[in-house]
Amino acid sequence: MQVFIQDLIEKNRYHATDLLAVLRAIQAQYYHIPKAAIEQVAATLNITRTQIIGVIEFYSFLHLSPRGQYDLLISDSITDQMLGKQDLVVQIEQTLNVKLGELRSDGLISFDNTSCTGLCDQGPAGLINGYALPHLTPAKIDIIAELIKQKISVSAWPIELFAVKDNILKAGLLLNEPILQGEALHAAFKRGLKETLKELDISGLRGRGGAGFKTATKWQFCAEEITDERIVVCNADEGEPGTFKDRVLLNSYAHQVFEGMTLCAAIIGAQQGFLYLRGEYLHLYEKLNDVLAERRLAGLLGNNIIETNFSFDITICLGAGAYICGEESALIESLEGKMGIPRNRPPYPVTHGYLGKPTVVNNVETYLAATKIAVNGGEWFASIGTEKSKGTKILSICGDCAQPGIYEVAFGTTVQNILDDCGAKDVLGIQIGGPSGTFIANTEFARKIAFEDLATGGSFIIFNNTRNILDIVNNFTHFFAHESCGFCTPCRVGTSLLKNQLDKIVNGHGSAGDVVALEELCQLVKTQSHCGLGQTAANPILSTLERYPELYQAQLKKISYEPGFDLDAALETARRMANRNDAAAHLTQVEE
Amino acid sequence: MTNKIRVATTSLAGCFGCHMSFLDIDERILELAEVVVFDRSPITDIEHCSADCDIGLIEGGVCNSENVHTLREFRKNCKILVAVGACAINGGLPAMRNFIPLEECLNEAYINGIGVENAQIPSDPELPLLLDKVRPIHEVVKVDYFLPGCPPSADVFWKFLTDLIAGREPSLPYELVHYD
Amino acid sequence: MAKTITIDGVNIPYEEGQTIIEAATTAGIYIPHLCHHPEFTPHGSCKLCTVKVNGRNCSACTFPAMEGQEVINNAKDLNDDRQKITQMLFVEGNHFCPSCEKTGNCQLQAVAYHLNMLDDHFPLFYQHREMDASHADILIDHNRCIFCTLCVRASHAHDGKDVFAISGRGINKHLIVNSESGLLKDTNMAATDKAAHICPTGAILIKHTAYQVPIGERLYDHQQIDQVSLNTELVDHDK
Repeated sequence: MQVFIQDLIEKNRYHATDLLAVLRAIQAQYYHIPKAAIEQVAATLNITRTQIIGVIEFYSFLHLSPRGQYDLLISDSITDQMLGKQDLVVQIEQTLNVKLGELRSDGLISFDNTSCTGLCDQGPAGLINGYALPHLTPAKIDIIAELIKQKISVSAWPIELFAVKDNILKAGLLLNEPILQGEALHAAFKRGLKETLKELDISGLRGRGGAGFKTATKWQFCAEEITDERIVVCNADEGEPGTFKDRVLLNSYAHQVFEGMTLCAAIIGAQQGFLYLRGEYLHLYEKLNDVLAERRLAGLLGNNIIETNFSFDITICLGAGAYICGEESALIESLEGKMGIPRNRPPYPVTHGYLGKPTVVNNVETYLAATKIAVNGGEWFASIGTEKSKGTKILSICGDCAQPGIYEVAFGTTVQNILDDCGAKDVLGIQIGGPSGTFIANTEFARKIAFEDLATGGSFIIFNNTRNILDIVNNFTHFFAHESCGFCTPCRVGTSLLKNQLDKIVNGHGSAGDVVALEELCQLVKTQSHCGLGQTAANPILSTLERYPELYQAQLKKISYEPGFDLDAALETARRMANRNDAAAHLTQVEE
Repeated sequence: MTNKIRVATTSLAGCFGCHMSFLDIDERILELAEVVVFDRSPITDIEHCSADCDIGLIEGGVCNSENVHTLREFRKNCKILVAVGACAINGGLPAMRNFIPLEECLNEAYINGIGVENAQIPSDPELPLLLDKVRPIHEVVKVDYFLPGCPPSADVFWKFLTDLIAGREPSLPYELVHYD
Repeated sequence: MAKTITIDGVNIPYEEGQTIIEAATTAGIYIPHLCHHPEFTPHGSCKLCTVKVNGRNCSACTFPAMEGQEVINNAKDLNDDRQKITQMLFVEGNHFCPSCEKTGNCQLQAVAYHLNMLDDHFPLFYQHREMDASHADILIDHNRCIFCTLCVRASHAHDGKDVFAISGRGINKHLIVNSESGLLKDTNMAATDKAAHICPTGAILIKHTAYQVPIGERLYDHQQIDQVSLNTELVDHDK
């Protein structure tokens, strides 16, 4: 192991900032990060062992104790559940003789839930040793079980098991006619970089991650900082459940995304770029590195790009299973080899980002759009959309519809139009913008996709009338409790309290006061949390409480109070040990 | 007599320290007796609450099935239910067993412990069974007021009861709020 | 003319680069806090110091004072939220004050007293947490850790040792120490370290010193934390 780690660090010239990459490699090799490895990495990279342990315990895909040689994860996202995830869990537990959440005693296989894998249009989905397994079926589980029983290396598994589809079902401004390689850079240098930034300003392009900060302004701010070094980061930590458009863009439009980053670098004066790719998209990693290599060969990256004196290069950094790293300052922390904890702001990344340098962080789709604007001009883009939301939005549509996949729609398009496009019928409601967004009811389909109405980073999950809203809300609320980074009190404790309080109501132990308590807690977590995760973690509850108060009320007992834990079950140990089962050895949940 | 405020008290998983502290109001108890009559309480030896109690003071957390029954009787018969002391409010010292599985606790006490003879888990139906965790009372019934302290001082009882009796919203000044 | 902000309607001066809490402390205004300490880089995690700045919630310990800010600090809604956040800290850990050496000198408790917190409000977690009594002079009781990172910062910035770190995610966060065994005795921690004395709760205690001052005669038994805090932190600030 000593040699492996030594080689790993030397060959890749890894620094302390590359800690995640180092740990990912060790995890892949030894199925966990052994204690000796921690000591060696700490000494070699000159960082404390506590930082390493902190990082391991922070990210879901890194482990202090061994995982199986085959580490099988299944997505616990709501859409996977709707597509029959639970039956597959039962099948896997039986055929592979391993319980969910456990390591089989022979160490061959471990099996666990994971947060949304970004394959919601082709679920139920999973990951095997980090690689995406789309569209799992009982037949495929049998195949996988057999491969594992025969101890066939994952690299030798049939490629059909890993065939991730793009499913681009509606293309618009951005997805029609990809630009030629280098076209945006040539256009920008020809027009002038300042003039190109002006075009970007005219286009009205706003950040596509969801928050919607004006892109030209962000680039301008970063360019104005007095410094020699600036950084361009592409946020491909697409963790919002129900979103998968960045996966498709990186699979089929990678050149254009990298070109967008390069364009940004040229305009703001950056030399170094990072693509932060979520760990779940490991299957794209090699392919993307090949694209980077191609671009270097073509003179589109590296020194003297398109024969100018502009130099810039991009490194791909893989995440390791942490939704919070989609928050830009947490992402930067992660890029620096640390736990993904959102920073205090101000200062903002545009002035103090990666290693304190001015940094632009934008979404994959934003860079894609920027290249087209560089080629076609600002007016071209601004002519579509609404007053405050220019251009188009690429949606990831999943859930109950005939054709889930990628739809590019002009801003201002109504929800009803989108439902017609994807063949959704008998719709109960839609989660727009993922769990952190809004749940809209079927009376609101005239509303529009736009920053000023329904803002979304791309997630669009449809639920039909057979679905239970409380199950949906419960899934999302558990998700946030799992993904809270734990930095601030209101989110760390509050998301777990929300989960417990909602469980109490959903499980039928709630009384009138419990819904009031739930709502109060929601407001507290929303208004007091440090970052967007905590500030939106109560949205699933709040948006459904507002629309369907009767659903919550129907769960409540008509008594003043009921315990949140099972009283009779709390006597079970004592009953068993005293060998009793008389009437006095039991308790009713409420007084009769 | 009938106009008097009816107060019931009990100790669940507590040490009666809160009751002792209550009695530390000393001669003020005479003043209290002018307006208050004690119902079920260790002070009176009355076994069950009358149906029309005004105030129920609960010391101690909920550690066994009997505690649950007693607590429910109080909640049912007292207009105002008060959690008195650290144990009633957060489980207190008895709740420090919550970090040891109940099975281990019982084995240590009745089977493996030093000096145990005739090792067996008591199983008489008369005996209440232990809950796997000690709970604060507000996790089992609705509680109206909380008097922190281990124990709350006599002045806390006095301030709280006199406020309540006078029809004021009870409030404790800084000096009377203690958790120890 | 000095630059000013207002806190609860009172005009107070500030110096460029000061945070709101620093300006407030200098002006003799207390803003409740637990993770803030004037000697160390602000952390902004406990969220007790949340104030409204021009209508928006901000952590006073990290947010810079800027000309024209109207800050609301001592308001009922903010203090209600602060009380709930304090209750969250109480139910998350295991804070059995009667059995804690730090009682009466504990800042968590004192903030709770100050906010007139009478109960825990939320269901308790009763998470099982270990103690580390391995060190000859110092005890760690993880039951009482509130993740303020003051020990982390003190050990790093003052003691130059990096003995402590916070590990884990979400509700599973925990304090770890920098030794191969994971035990405090195998670190280079000394009882004279700043990190050994900075814990606002009873999570890090110096052994053999308990109960020298009887319960009832301790720091917060008769003095409120607002006064204690202003007195000590003004001294720190003047350093």
